[in-house]
Amino acid sequence: MTDRTQILDTIKAQIEPFNKKQVALTEATTFQGDLEWDSLTVMDFVAAIEDEFDIIITMNMQAEIENVGQLADAVAKLRG
Amino acid sequence: MTETGLQPESLDLDPAPVAPERDLMSKFDALIAERQALIDTGVTDPFAIVMEQVKSPTEAVIAGRDTILLGTYNYMGMTFDPDVLAAGEDALRRFGSGTNGSRMLNGTFRDHMDAEQALRDFYGVSGAIVFSTGYMANLGMISTLVGKGEYVILDADSHASIYDGCKQGNAEIVRFRHNSVEDLDKRLGRLPREAGKLVVLEGVYSMLGDVAPLKEMVAVAKKHGAMVLSDEAHSMGFYGPNGRGVYEAQGLEGDVDFVVGTFSKSVGTVGGFCVSNHPKFEAIRLACRPYIFTASLPPSVVATAAASIRKLMTAHDKRAQLWANARQLHGGLKAMGFRLGTEAPDSAIVAVILDDQEQAVTMWQALLHGGVYVNMARPPATPAGTFLLRCSLCAEHQPAQLDRVLAAFRAAGQAVGAIG
Repeated sequence: MTDRTQILDTIKAQIEPFNKKQVALTEATTFQGDLEWDSLTVMDFVAAIEDEFDIIITMNMQAEIENVGQLADAVAKLRG
Repeated sequence: MTETGLQPESLDLDPAPVAPERDLMSKFDALIAERQALIDTGVTDPFAIVMEQVKSPTEAVIAGRDTILLGTYNYMGMTFDPDVLAAGEDALRRFGSGTNGSRMLNGTFRDHMDAEQALRDFYGVSGAIVFSTGYMANLGMISTLVGKGEYVILDADSHASIYDGCKQGNAEIVRFRHNSVEDLDKRLGRLPREAGKLVVLEGVYSMLGDVAPLKEMVAVAKKHGAMVLSDEAHSMGFYGPNGRGVYEAQGLEGDVDFVVGTFSKSVGTVGGFCVSNHPKFEAIRLACRPYIFTASLPPSVVATAAASIRKLMTAHDKRAQLWANARQLHGGLKAMGFRLGTEAPDSAIVAVILDDQEQAVTMWQALLHGGVYVNMARPPATPAGTFLLRCSLCAEHQPAQLDRVLAAFRAAGQAVGAIG
């Protein structure tokens, strides 16, 4: 398993508790459009991802992240 | 993940964008429809109340009916104080109705300087800067203090003016779970050590009326080398030995670098300010766009503010009465079985938590028809998607008025099934 696959699997596992509609997850799944998350859910999810990977995803960065694949890229970059 | 965080005290004016066609206003269609649906149920529009007459800090006439005001931020009841009114009238006659200019150009009059002196005296600090509103004070301080490559760390439940201050500036924005010292510590620990950091806190959070554990949070901020700004809008006048706010009550006067406040709550007029002991504080005036590029407050407004602030320094009886009123209302509502925002009367805000919008609006209207005005608050302004009836107390509320308020809450609460 590559690093990126591992990151994606971890992200998907973190999404599950918030995936009320049981949307099938791919890299193209969007947080607002497909998962229909409101700002409070996003906040909780981001905090969970930050703690899982021991990183900070600033609100500035969050504004650029719309789907699962983009989040995986951001996490990979932040873990350096 | 395009989301804007909580927007306290505002309607959601940032709905999901739709195809604009040619009419830019079409993006508001969903918002217009939602409001219309609410009004079509036959209720009074909670966001279109008009005060036809204001009789005192605690009484107004709304839709021809005498109404007890329990949803203003007139905590210390200064709006009709004779000395405050006299100071305003005198300034109005001597200096005219407005300044027609920026503080930086022709808009600084005698009374702007006097209001800043009154603030220095009240807070016991070397520096005070008056802004045109409290919103502008947060907007200006946060966007000016923290630059590119530096960090603002804010509580998730922060007021809209704090979020907007972050958006206005160029800093990196990091937020932590509401009032969580551990979460703040963890996040600060992950940021680059050498980068400049500002932790923004509020003494009292206005939606639920809960108080921040400032002592622990400030200790954590200092441990990580961050500066601290505390917004004390909802605490001025009645926390701490000198009424300076929650930060004074928790013994943090030497540790909080900047205190932001407002004239529109305990002071009883309009305006905002920041106070600080920082030796270079005056430089803010030279760099802060929301200070420079807007008109200064009218002379009568700053004169009333200065008079009011000086009276608040010794308003011990009012402070005691305000706390007694908070205990009476909080205790009464709790005994009836309402779910409240705080376990104890920790502030001058008592928030009644309801199940949904329909229950909240129905009860809000029943209270209004019963002669009691409270604030209705709904998502996204509220934490965790709650619907609130928010009561804020005034030092001028009489125990008999609060008895009437409690009776109205009992009747309205039983009618909607919020209490048994």
